[in-house]
Amino acid sequence: MSENLIPAPSVGLFATCLVDLTRPSVGFATAKLLEDAGCRVTVPGAQSCCGQPAYNSGDNADARTIAEKVIKVFEGFDYVVAPSGSCAGMIRHHYPVLFETDPEWSDRARTLADKTFELTSFLVDVMKIDTLAADYDGVVTYHDSCSGLREMGVQEQPRKLLSQVSGMALKEGAEREVCCGFGGLFCVKYPDISGQMVDAKVDDILATGADTVLAGDLGCLMNIAGRLQRRGSEVCVRHIAEVLANMTSAPPLGEPQEKP
Amino acid sequence: MESTTGNFKQNASKALADDKLKAALEKLSEGFPAKRREAAARLPEFEALRDQARDIKTHVLANLDFYLEQFEARVIEAGGTVHWCRTAAEARSTILRISRNAGAKTVTKSKSMISEEIAINDHLEHHGIQPVETDLGEYIIQLRHEPPSHIIAPAIHLSKEQVAETFRKNHTHLAPERSLKEPRALLEEARDELRQKFLSADVGLTGANMLIAETGSIVLVTNEGNADLTYSLPNTHIVIASLEKIVPTLEDATTLLRVLARSATGQDISVYTTFCTGPKRPDDLDGPEDFHVVLLDNGRSKMLGGEFHDMLRCIRCGACLNHCPVYKAIGGHAYGWVYSGPMGAVLIPNLIGMDEAKHLPNASTLCGKCENVCPVRIPLPRMLRSWRKQQFETDKRSTIGRKTLRAWAFMAARPWLYRLGVAPVITVLAALGRKRGRFRRLPLVGGWTQNRDLPAPQGGTFVARWNRGERP
Repeated sequence: MSENLIPAPSVGLFATCLVDLTRPSVGFATAKLLEDAGCRVTVPGAQSCCGQPAYNSGDNADARTIAEKVIKVFEGFDYVVAPSGSCAGMIRHHYPVLFETDPEWSDRARTLADKTFELTSFLVDVMKIDTLAADYDGVVTYHDSCSGLREMGVQEQPRKLLSQVSGMALKEGAEREVCCGFGGLFCVKYPDISGQMVDAKVDDILATGADTVLAGDLGCLMNIAGRLQRRGSEVCVRHIAEVLANMTSAPPLGEPQEKP
Repeated sequence: MESTTGNFKQNASKALADDKLKAALEKLSEGFPAKRREAAARLPEFEALRDQARDIKTHVLANLDFYLEQFEARVIEAGGTVHWCRTAAEARSTILRISRNAGAKTVTKSKSMISEEIAINDHLEHHGIQPVETDLGEYIIQLRHEPPSHIIAPAIHLSKEQVAETFRKNHTHLAPERSLKEPRALLEEARDELRQKFLSADVGLTGANMLIAETGSIVLVTNEGNADLTYSLPNTHIVIASLEKIVPTLEDATTLLRVLARSATGQDISVYTTFCTGPKRPDDLDGPEDFHVVLLDNGRSKMLGGEFHDMLRCIRCGACLNHCPVYKAIGGHAYGWVYSGPMGAVLIPNLIGMDEAKHLPNASTLCGKCENVCPVRIPLPRMLRSWRKQQFETDKRSTIGRKTLRAWAFMAARPWLYRLGVAPVITVLAALGRKRGRFRRLPLVGGWTQNRDLPAPQGGTFVARWNRGERP
């Protein structure tokens, strides 16, 4: 009974620009996972992007302008959750850097940073979720995306949740922690180098024999799916949220909506 | 050394097309990281040692003047000489002068990145003195007139067949029937050749892995023992080292040694670790009569106190190269100068200028693996971003990339405008991609579609669909 007295935490869902624009199914899956975990979910309409493309291009002035907007829109929630280690990492680790010499904004940036989480770590570390009602018929491999792994400490959490999905086997790639070569604008600025990196990643995925690749960041997933499909592979690529939420009716990345 | 860093993109493309290089780099990135991981796992205090190593270097950098002067005083007490050099040119002429005073015809050298940085070999050769590299890898690339492609494994880009070929071409006395197939045979061939050079050298030039302030000693770390023959046989020993190599005490030096080899090659300690203090003393059996330390600044003091201050903690272990997926893809030569990998991408613009090195800080996904393995915890991704920021702020040329980025940022800071702008684009792309689910080619994203398909958007934006009340 006592747990009913604790109000459900309010969560601002930061969809990330890639999910918002290219794969709404990940947003819906994220919202479902958060609601199932007992959160009150709001998707603020005044969101766009975390500002990382500007920040990683050295355009700190524009990154700050965008960050101020994100802070204003999201600071009222108990938590901010993003289906991405990279965008959550931007808010958690880089917003405080952007505002470190600004007395007006630094506290607000720090406060928002402290309550911003990547989806799977939020579910496991904060909401203490240890069971899920999901099934997936297949052998999956999981790619640890760089910011999630090294900035946000996301490693055990997705695996813990995947272990709850019935019908699924997890086959780990030897190079699961090696960057896929996406790197935001890097992949279009240095396509040759990026191409070699994603090729190595795809080799590692194929070596596992898995039929599905999952990860927690859509940037990596689009890169990996694009290369797999260019090489003629039929391995499915999905965001981990879709599988955890048992919402796999949308076709995998890069697969047609209509059967030809 | 002459830089080709400005041609980074072409260098990289050339490297990517080189299958022999690819095979060599694959071997490297499979070997070293696994060995480092095992070495770290064998030592429960490894992470704590990394903190200590970082703290030692941080303390040194905050008190550099004090320790450098202490070091100089101890070297003089031991009977040696310290030469302070501001630039590469000053260091070159100092080394040439000492070598001439020693009547040198040949100078043997053990591996030293600073000697590469100041291009001492070309300078000595130009003035009639023959430099001889004695580290096996350095010896091979000296014969091939190539720069090192890795800071601790300079010939890592070569296969053993290429090495055999190089020896055949240069060691003209070699009998054609002599087999050079096995690494052991190659090693013996180099050893035979070098033994005479060691014995006849007039000057031995070494680098220093560390300079110890409390004793005036220098520390030399090798796996081949070549540094020991280089400094102990000739009459004159010249040490070339940059300012930040200083550590306060012997105790500090041992702490750094405990992380150095483990981070570099996964060895608990290098095969040879030598502490040299001054010239030969009256009751010593061997050692040089003259001991000189050339202390080089070459841009380091400008880095102190600035955004790249922490880079001066670097102990040149090579772990960031060994773990870098970009280095693994293109190797060291693509970086176009002495250093490479993440440490090179931060250091090279400091030393040769951003105009020439503009690509290096950008050619990274900021994946963070380098910082993750750095024994002195240098925040390399943060510093790569610092360079990008400086570039963005100083290079205001209005390129298409810059215009697009700024236009996008303008929209992103105004979410309602952003929503208005993106909705039609997404609708069109989703409609176009509906049948195939992806695009093989699309205008304006050639960089993406060169190597991969682009997944088509599902249609509508999540934020709009959710706020219209849509629930699956």
